[in-house]
Amino acid sequence: MGKITGFKDYKRKNFTLASVEERIKHYNEFTTPLTQEEMEEQGARCMDCGVPFCHSNYGCPVGNIIPQFNDQVYRGRWEDAFRTLMSTNNFPEFTGRVCPAPCETACVLGLNETAVGIKNIEYSIIEKAYKEGWMKPQPPKSRTGKSVAVVGSGPAGMAVANQLNKAGHNVTLYEKNSRIGGLVRYGIPNFKLDKQKVVQRRVDLMAKEGIKFVTDANIGVDISIAELQKDNDAVVITTGAGNPRDLPIENRDANGIHFAMEFLSQSNSRVEGESFSAKDEILATGKDVVVIGGGDTGSDCVGNSIRQGAKSVTQIELMPKSPDKRTDDMPWPTYPRVFKLSTSQAEGAELDFNVLSKSFIKDESGNVTGINCVRIEWEGRGFNEIAGTEFILKADLVLLAMGFLGPLQDDVIKELSLETDERSNIKTKGFATSVDGVFSAGDSRRGQSLVVWAIHEGRECAVEVDEFLMKRQSMLNCKSRAYCEE
Amino acid sequence: MKLECYPCKEGLYDPEFEHDACGVGFVAHLKGEQSHNIVAKGLELLANLEHRGAVGAEKNSGDGAGILTQMPDSFMRRVAKEASNIELPPFGEYGVGVVFVPRDPDAYSETQSIVEQCIEELGQECLGWRRVPTINNSLGESVRATEPIVKQVFVKKADDIDTDAFERKLFVIRKYAQARVTASPIRGTGYFYMPSMSHKTISYKGQLITEQLPLYFPDLGDEDYESAIALVHSRFSTNTFPSWPLAQPFRYIAHNGEINTLRGNINWMKARQSLLHSNLFTKDELDKIYPFLINEAKGSDSSVLDNVIELLTLAGRKLPHVMTMMIPEAWRDDEMSEDRRAFYEYHATFMEPWDGPASVAFTDGKVVGATLDRNGLRPSRYFLTKDDILVMASEQGALEFPAEDIVLKGRLQPGKMFLADLEEGRIIPDEELKEQMATAYPYKEWVANQKINLDDLPMNEEPWQPNDETVKQRQKCYGYTVEDLKTVITPMANDAYEATGSMGNDASLAVLSHHSINLYNYFHQLFAQVTNPPIDPIREELVMSLTSYIGSQGNLFQEVDEDRNFIKLSTPILDNRQIARLKGIDKFNFKTKSISILFDAKKEGDMKDAIERVKDEVSRAVADGYAVIILSTRGVSELLAPIPTLLATSAVHQHLIAEGTRTSCGLVIESAEPREIHHFATLIGFGANAINPFLAFETIEDMRTKKLIREDLTQDEAVSNYITAVGKGIFKIMSKMGISTIRSYTGAQIFEAVGLGEKLVEKYFKGTPSRIAGIEIDTLEKETLMCHSLAYPKDIVESNGLGVGGQYAYRQRGENHLLSPENIFLLQQATKNGSYETFKQYTKTVDSVNDDFITLRGLLDFRGLNPIPIDEVEPVEGIMKRFATGAMSYGSISKEAHETLAIAMNSIGAKSNTGEGGEDSARFGTNKNSKIKQVASGRFGVTANYLVNAEELQIKLAQGAKPGEGGQLPGHKVDEVIGATRHSTPGVGLISPPPHHDIYSIEDLKQLIHDLKNANVNARINTKLVSEVGVGTIAAGVAKAYSDVILISGFDGGTGASPQTSIKHAGLPWELGLSETHQTLVKNGLRGRITLQTDGQLRSGRDVAIATLLGAEEWGIATSALIVEGCIMMRKCHLNTCPVGIATQDKDLRAKYTGKPEHVVNFVRFLATELREVMAELGFRTINEMVGRVDKLKAREGVKHWKAKHLHLEKLLYRMYVREEDSKYKTMTQNHGIEDALDNELIKTMRDAIDNKTPIKTEIRLRNINRTVGTMLSAEMTRKYGEEGLPDDTIYIKANGTGGQSFGAFVNSGITFEIEGDANDYFGKGLCGGKLILYPPVNSTFEANETVILGNVAFYGATSGEAYIYGLAGERFCVRNSGANVVVGAVGDHGCEYMTGGRVVVLGEIGKNFGAGMSGGIAYIYDKDDNLSQRINGGMVDLDKIETIADEDEVRGMIENYVKYTGSKEGDEILENWESSKSKFIKVMPRDYKRVLQNQAEEK
Repeated sequence: MGKITGFKDYKRKNFTLASVEERIKHYNEFTTPLTQEEMEEQGARCMDCGVPFCHSNYGCPVGNIIPQFNDQVYRGRWEDAFRTLMSTNNFPEFTGRVCPAPCETACVLGLNETAVGIKNIEYSIIEKAYKEGWMKPQPPKSRTGKSVAVVGSGPAGMAVANQLNKAGHNVTLYEKNSRIGGLVRYGIPNFKLDKQKVVQRRVDLMAKEGIKFVTDANIGVDISIAELQKDNDAVVITTGAGNPRDLPIENRDANGIHFAMEFLSQSNSRVEGESFSAKDEILATGKDVVVIGGGDTGSDCVGNSIRQGAKSVTQIELMPKSPDKRTDDMPWPTYPRVFKLSTSQAEGAELDFNVLSKSFIKDESGNVTGINCVRIEWEGRGFNEIAGTEFILKADLVLLAMGFLGPLQDDVIKELSLETDERSNIKTKGFATSVDGVFSAGDSRRGQSLVVWAIHEGRECAVEVDEFLMKRQSMLNCKSRAYCEE
Repeated sequence: MKLECYPCKEGLYDPEFEHDACGVGFVAHLKGEQSHNIVAKGLELLANLEHRGAVGAEKNSGDGAGILTQMPDSFMRRVAKEASNIELPPFGEYGVGVVFVPRDPDAYSETQSIVEQCIEELGQECLGWRRVPTINNSLGESVRATEPIVKQVFVKKADDIDTDAFERKLFVIRKYAQARVTASPIRGTGYFYMPSMSHKTISYKGQLITEQLPLYFPDLGDEDYESAIALVHSRFSTNTFPSWPLAQPFRYIAHNGEINTLRGNINWMKARQSLLHSNLFTKDELDKIYPFLINEAKGSDSSVLDNVIELLTLAGRKLPHVMTMMIPEAWRDDEMSEDRRAFYEYHATFMEPWDGPASVAFTDGKVVGATLDRNGLRPSRYFLTKDDILVMASEQGALEFPAEDIVLKGRLQPGKMFLADLEEGRIIPDEELKEQMATAYPYKEWVANQKINLDDLPMNEEPWQPNDETVKQRQKCYGYTVEDLKTVITPMANDAYEATGSMGNDASLAVLSHHSINLYNYFHQLFAQVTNPPIDPIREELVMSLTSYIGSQGNLFQEVDEDRNFIKLSTPILDNRQIARLKGIDKFNFKTKSISILFDAKKEGDMKDAIERVKDEVSRAVADGYAVIILSTRGVSELLAPIPTLLATSAVHQHLIAEGTRTSCGLVIESAEPREIHHFATLIGFGANAINPFLAFETIEDMRTKKLIREDLTQDEAVSNYITAVGKGIFKIMSKMGISTIRSYTGAQIFEAVGLGEKLVEKYFKGTPSRIAGIEIDTLEKETLMCHSLAYPKDIVESNGLGVGGQYAYRQRGENHLLSPENIFLLQQATKNGSYETFKQYTKTVDSVNDDFITLRGLLDFRGLNPIPIDEVEPVEGIMKRFATGAMSYGSISKEAHETLAIAMNSIGAKSNTGEGGEDSARFGTNKNSKIKQVASGRFGVTANYLVNAEELQIKLAQGAKPGEGGQLPGHKVDEVIGATRHSTPGVGLISPPPHHDIYSIEDLKQLIHDLKNANVNARINTKLVSEVGVGTIAAGVAKAYSDVILISGFDGGTGASPQTSIKHAGLPWELGLSETHQTLVKNGLRGRITLQTDGQLRSGRDVAIATLLGAEEWGIATSALIVEGCIMMRKCHLNTCPVGIATQDKDLRAKYTGKPEHVVNFVRFLATELREVMAELGFRTINEMVGRVDKLKAREGVKHWKAKHLHLEKLLYRMYVREEDSKYKTMTQNHGIEDALDNELIKTMRDAIDNKTPIKTEIRLRNINRTVGTMLSAEMTRKYGEEGLPDDTIYIKANGTGGQSFGAFVNSGITFEIEGDANDYFGKGLCGGKLILYPPVNSTFEANETVILGNVAFYGATSGEAYIYGLAGERFCVRNSGANVVVGAVGDHGCEYMTGGRVVVLGEIGKNFGAGMSGGIAYIYDKDDNLSQRINGGMVDLDKIETIADEDEVRGMIENYVKYTGSKEGDEILENWESSKSKFIKVMPRDYKRVLQNQAEEK
């Protein structure tokens, strides 16, 4: 119900951001949440729609019961709001920080006003829950005696593990890196999602609930998956879509050209105290950095580069600049491809669009010094180079952030000879792979996507695994049959 | 096989649902002088009531007419001798039975010999038979086909009995003979029937039209056929099937009305059967009566009523006493004596009211009288001449006498009785009569001794203490959802109101849901439409009652049962303390027994066995003398699951009825299950006397502690609010069926089931219609266990709360909806971009959502494909013209949204609908003019100008979202423009009454249709009905009432604000209603007279195609049209906060409106385009050839859905045989009889006035058969001059005589009627500027202001103009007046109801409930003796004095005019003594109106 006229009475208020000068001095999160009273007022803006689009296929992938927790927040019933939120979303502390919030672009109020600040509300609920101690370990009351191995500890793997553990199964989560979290740990910059304060906080909680974590375990490479199959009743593969798109142009072999993930994971690890040898270290300090690719990953490279003290940061993009507002071909409530300056970009990057990289330029020692570029114009799905617009972009460090093609093929996929689809993702029926007892969820199954989709995949997959193990209807919540708190 | 003369069930048609209504009246000689004159006058009266009857498909086939007279002794004596050489014994010693003998020779002799045997067996002597001469050449073919042979049998009284005993013997003979014949296997005996058998009275009747009666029975014309009483009746039935027996009068009564609670009354009578014993009947005689105690083979409600009246009268009570007991007046009345209240209360404990609109004329040959139900919804007028001729009839003027001969005129008032005792030779006033009855026995003492007030009992048991620990678990066990808490319970506990919602229902039917749905939701509430009116439980609360009694009822025949006790309950909902009191009762003769209604959750199939165990246990308890049986769900656990409470309740109730012990005990329900108002209504409707919903109370407690409901309330207050809300809700549900008291609602089963299997219904819900079969008890058990297993899971793996619901708002994981976010988006994109491709994507989602089975049509598939090239199908432009947008008022939606629809529909030759809010006259004649102008109960802005600017006039009898209810437009939605359009004051809320106050019955509808046709002869008249069982037979009646179009709306449609209970639970899907209507019209040969239209969540070309195949040739769209305009289904229309500027009047929000006419046009074009594709596939070139082709539909194959797979759709898809000469789509125009109207002459006379504004004065003669006088004249003039009309008195008509119904309806400015005489109902209806003057004939002798001069419901919906009435007007004077200024002598009950404007001055008495629902205008009442203020309903008005000069001038000016026009001497006196008289005026001032006027004054 909310406040009937709340949407007319209150304007949207966002979290405030620290100034650029201030925030680029460190790697910490730099948003200041609103006060509890302000949040409650924001909750009142929800119209409690008869058909809440935030909660549809255009909106929240996990199907958060948004109108309900908005109302609960408005009424100051934070603990109930917390339970509502947790009934559909395993990791609101992640999504409350990094989700692009399709719920907000689908919000009915957003049709002709500014949408309800759902993401901030989500953030506030879960952080309050931690603060108040409502968020505490809840190990299962009994154990089924079944065990499950989950390979890959990204958000999908964490969600699967979290859910299956609730159902009483013994879950071991395997991670090839030394810390748990996958992209959440290694990809997303610390200033957007704090590794210790947020990710590790959750990992610790899960450990207390009984989940075992095995790190530095590259399954299918160092440890055979057959071993896991032998020791467990089911295996779930949530290894992500780790295969980056390359840019195979002339002089690609020059030094100083890296995939974004290499750069980002080092950067994040460094924040957590890890150090790298000079040979391996990728640093932007004092360099002219060019980021190729205009997506979120690219932006993350920009933000880290600036914090590392790059001399300049340029981000180029093959595509034209998106329009500033919705156009007729991206109507509400679909997710709009509108241009939005990311916080990192706002910190001082040069952006350029319709730019094609023709070749890298390297000096005698094999180091990259620049990129030969040309401007292009788009015609339908193809483009033409514009003659005479060739130019050279100076670069000491080039970061390739052009997306991911699918899962790595030479680990579990190879070992189990898993069937894959035409996009090289693991092929499943439901979440079951071609090998009995082996399931897959997340980016390794559906391809590169959002954290929130990974959580969704993990939850749904867990239900299927539970039913596979117990041969009866699962009592776990999922999208098709969940029960929520009032 | 035996042939029955009554039509059989066929397809969805079921004769059980036929209705009738009628003209009724009598002529009597007050001194009991017998003469042929009385008979002749009776027949004349009957002929003049012809317009109240109906004719069927054939002009000369009527629905029935008849006459009941005293035994014409000398006539009988002569004809018995002449015909059969029988010498009759002296009067009183012979009886005459009138017998319809079958024509089939075998049946003929069989039935005659049975009658003779029965006479002998009862110890009387059969003297012989006479064949009654009949002349059938005037009869229509269909009537002649079933014409019986009419005979009279003469019975001689045995010597050893007196005449009263003889009369009883004759009664037993008749019942017994009927039973014996019915049991006979001989073919044709079904035609046997005995209209009467008595020594005192005799009836002549048949399936005739009124004027055929004397032609058919020459007996009636014989001069020696003499009687002092002639009771006559003309029937208007909703069918045209031969049913000679159902013609009236019956043996004691002629009934105009409808018994709404019939099913319950019949059940209760059956239940009493075993307790009946009498010293006037032997056991053997009672056994002979039983088979036909109350229900002679398929009788009508009236015949059943007659049967019970007859039984109770013969068993020893006087006829007026019996009438009073069965149709009691409302007795919670402070003006009533204690004795009288005790009389009613005493009888209330063992006889529930036979509830419904009823004017019943009755006679036993010695007294003659009439009584009116408590609501007074049927007109009855009477007068007495100086020659002692007493005439009572449905209307005034049906018999004409010179004015100077009339000594007394009156009307029957609500709940009152009018009785003439011909032996005493006088009229006994109601007051005297009732006091006589009330003091005949010491009822007050009996009540005092026997009554136990529940709240006076000691608390011997601990009340149930809430258990916080298990609340949630138990909530889950009963399927509680978050919505139950938030949407259902919260507003009830907080504010004692049920929640309001908007935009109809588009969620799955219960039987199509994937979820476990409470059994209650399979039952849909039925409601009154056309044949009887719904009532207003708020504004007319004085007739409503929730009081009930539990305990044994005892022997109905016995006047007093000393051993009996009964407990009085003031509401059927018991709180925890009350049920503890009840359980702990240990004194008096009371014992209560709790019986658990749980079953073994682990044992498959145990639910069924458990019900049998419960039944046995109950039987034993009743046998052991327990007078209160409590069915309890306490003790639910992991092992024990609850039987659905409704199932257990109905099973036990019906079991006890069958056992004949139901009236020996009260049935109380202690259950955790019910929480919604609908739940309680169904429990009561299926037999529960009282309910303790303890989990609902615990939930409230739980929510209080969680601060989910108001913190300032104590638990007791919250519970009390909740109980109040349930009470109000039950009132609303009862009232939409026209039922006033819970005692008659209990067990009345006024529901239709959708999706329940035959066996389940037959075994546990017998008598409830369930037409597409469905789930049986095993599936029900599964549903129950689904919830149970969630409450008691094998293991709890994560915190697991209540379900999301998704019934009221869309929710993932909740109920499926037709409108999902996805298809709302696609539809908007398709129509905005003009992309048919996107539209196809949309319809794919809508139709594939149908794979999830939300609607019945989702279960249908096309068959018999016969593709033709699409070019051969009629063009899309033609098809588009068949679309209309639904009725959405300007006011409920914004100007922008409203006009967009009009522009769009006009541009393609389709039609938009004004809705009930009127229309700004600036739109008339432009492309914004809505072609369909709606006429709803509020009559907002319904003026002559509005009506002439229509192409179609739609009478809204019901609307899908809330059938049987009126609407309410909150003050904040009434801005300047809307106020002007609705002829009301901005800022003042508006109420639409539940009924049209000019439609209480089918013949009234016929009258309104006639009125509207007169108001605009070029317009089609459309009658809007809502789907429910029996709507087909109603539609047949509507067709016979000359409607041109019938719209069948689905229950799920509707965009307006409605109570959630109504949105969800009232009415049925259009598929059922449409198909039933088409089938019934075809069966009656009426289909060709009607254009059939349907609407209700139509979404795609497929939906439209299915509607066409089921019988509709036109279609309406509303919700989807709004979606196209930008609606995103906020479902907040009622809050004025629509964020897209559609359903709001907020300026800022309206600015956000983005809809365009082109989008709507695209939508209609797409629908038509898709429909054409289906047509091409099925091989139809035109819509007309497609209409009703159900053979092209089949039930979808391979349905696996666990519930839906049990449905059987054969009846829905039944193809009714069409006779060659009949059409199955509209081909004929209705004959509205306009050419006979008096106005044709008036228009000629006034031609010069109309054309050239030349003032003309004329004088005419007036009779009651001149209906709707002045309306066509007004329309003719209005076409030329619009709203403004002509200068005052340009057209001046002096009329002498009696004005027929609707005199002066919709008369515009410049027209004046001056009537010397009197007038009937609906006088000045919709008056819009004209002037009406009415005064008694100058030579009349009666006291003007105490004599009725004007019928009921005068000036209904008047918008302006003035009127002066010298005399007493009937009930509901100036109801919904919004601007006329009227002065009147005196008025009946409910004066100025729902008034929103204008001035009314009353110079004499007022009836009860004056000013109810009055939100505007002012009434001044001259309270000479300072005793009238208590009759004013203070709910919305303040009582002031005349204080300002302006007030004084206003009142005085009006009275001066009054005296000038009517010569009123009372008015003259008041003016003479103005200074002293002015202080005696009560100024009745609506509070809202006062506030707004004050604000306006301050602003100035």
